[in-house]
Amino acid sequence: MAVDRSDIVKLGELARLQISEETIDEVTRRLGDVLALVDQLQAADTDAVKPMAHPFDAVQRLRADEVTEPNQRDAFQAIAPATEDGLYLVPKVID
Amino acid sequence: MHNKTLAELSAGLQAKTWSSVELTQHFLDRIKRLDPNYNSFITVTEDVALAQAKAADARLAAGETHPLCGVPIAHKDIFCTQGVKTTCGSKMLDNFISPYDATVVANFQAAGAVMLGKTNMDEFAMGSSNETSFFGPVKNPWATGCVPGGSSGGSAAAVAARLAPGATATDTGGSIRQPAALCGLTGLKPTYGRVSRWGMIAFASSLDQAGPMTRTAEDAALMLNTMASFDAKDSTNIDREVPDYTASLNDSLAGLTLGVPKEYFGEGLNPGTQAAVEAAIKQYEALGATIKPISLPHSHLAVPAYYVIAPAECSANLSRFDGVRYGHRCENPADLADLYKRSRSEAFGEEVQRRILVGTYCLSAGYYDAYYRKAQKVRRLIKQDFVDAFKEVDLVIGPTSPSPAFAFGAKGADPIAMYLEDIYTIATNLAGLPGMSLPCGLVDGKPVGLQLIGNYFEEARMLNAAHQYQQVTDFHQQAPADIA
Repeated sequence: MAVDRSDIVKLGELARLQISEETIDEVTRRLGDVLALVDQLQAADTDAVKPMAHPFDAVQRLRADEVTEPNQRDAFQAIAPATEDGLYLVPKVID
Repeated sequence: MHNKTLAELSAGLQAKTWSSVELTQHFLDRIKRLDPNYNSFITVTEDVALAQAKAADARLAAGETHPLCGVPIAHKDIFCTQGVKTTCGSKMLDNFISPYDATVVANFQAAGAVMLGKTNMDEFAMGSSNETSFFGPVKNPWATGCVPGGSSGGSAAAVAARLAPGATATDTGGSIRQPAALCGLTGLKPTYGRVSRWGMIAFASSLDQAGPMTRTAEDAALMLNTMASFDAKDSTNIDREVPDYTASLNDSLAGLTLGVPKEYFGEGLNPGTQAAVEAAIKQYEALGATIKPISLPHSHLAVPAYYVIAPAECSANLSRFDGVRYGHRCENPADLADLYKRSRSEAFGEEVQRRILVGTYCLSAGYYDAYYRKAQKVRRLIKQDFVDAFKEVDLVIGPTSPSPAFAFGAKGADPIAMYLEDIYTIATNLAGLPGMSLPCGLVDGKPVGLQLIGNYFEEARMLNAAHQYQQVTDFHQQAPADIA
């Protein structure tokens, strides 16, 4: 399936990536090449095949609903770009 | 000392021929002197290494017999290391100091192994040439104008240049085996779930697997003994006893059946690579193995399926890098959306952004069934090919990579050409099978890799076959000419 510039703009929004006006044509072309490669899949007959998400068809292992981790907020926030009073700081969203 | 294998260094430590501090200092000195030629390390952890070596010497003096106690190794910079920078080859994590150790790292620490540093890699493990690292490309010690392969190119170059006797690596589509092939090493990707992925920065969670990068199969067995473990913290990790992978290295190969897939010897395979692999297959016959032609009919769909599934998973995994809690944050963002978008666009490289966009596309409304679900169905067909093959053969044998190491920039302008570098390795990741690469010759002075693919959890059988081959050949003992 071919992609055009408007698809790339939409994808950039979905993926939270800023695609500059200078690179958008190049990105569109490259992405088109990759999609042409993966389009080879369409030729495979998979009507009777179940999708495989895990090589052993395993499901996520569950554990008892118990608190096992100690509180390490200070350690985790020590590497944050900006924090205050134990909270992560981000730009204002609502005026 | 640097020309000795990990097993030989371990024997010397146990016999008190050298101490861990002496050994560690020797490798640290080599890294300082020689790594500017290769760029194989992002971070050298000299102080940590010497402290760990001192502690290992104390353990050895007290009678510690673990074969990895006091042995220095390097870790791919994809593994979280507490208190030490972990970048994953990206500007995004250039400032990231992990608050915890990955399980693989913790396993080596518990054994008394010494960490020399963190090795260079393609950004977020996306690449087959090690040209996408934010920290610059790694040079192949066999030919410094050529790539070492990716994404574990730093680990491969470090071991090939004798800057470390062994290193950890990871393989999502061939990232252990392909650089091992291009650098003349033994690299092993275990069965999916055999080694914990906890603390290993995720690229494509249903494909990623950690494994060892060494010079010999015996060393790979020694490292895998420590890497493989059950880990409740990784819910995809398989709870299964870890055998002693060194125990069966000396078993005879008489009665072993090797399957040669016709699809791995078609168009695109370098003639020199083909000749070296065919000679290796003959060598296996001489060792008592039976050779059987087989077919893996969906092989041609492995690369297309991979380039839907891996980007889809990467687009989800990399959504955590938003500039809020850790990693790169842009200057003066206008609002939250601007913070997300600019932080990610400034810090992710071109290949990472391309894969995020492909993954986002394949998972988006309207395309999910046509791409993602379709690729998952093809994935089962690819797995079934192997299940059928293993009813008739014990191991699959073929080339690791279509050609020896290529020059920098040779494929950088064409992502599709780069993606085809992993054409023989990707199917095992999709199927979750173990695979390994070992050196089987030289073409124009550059190494060629032989690939062995095993049935699920049959790493020991692969290692046995690789070790027996290395008993009668010397490709694994050859070294790049100018490593000093």
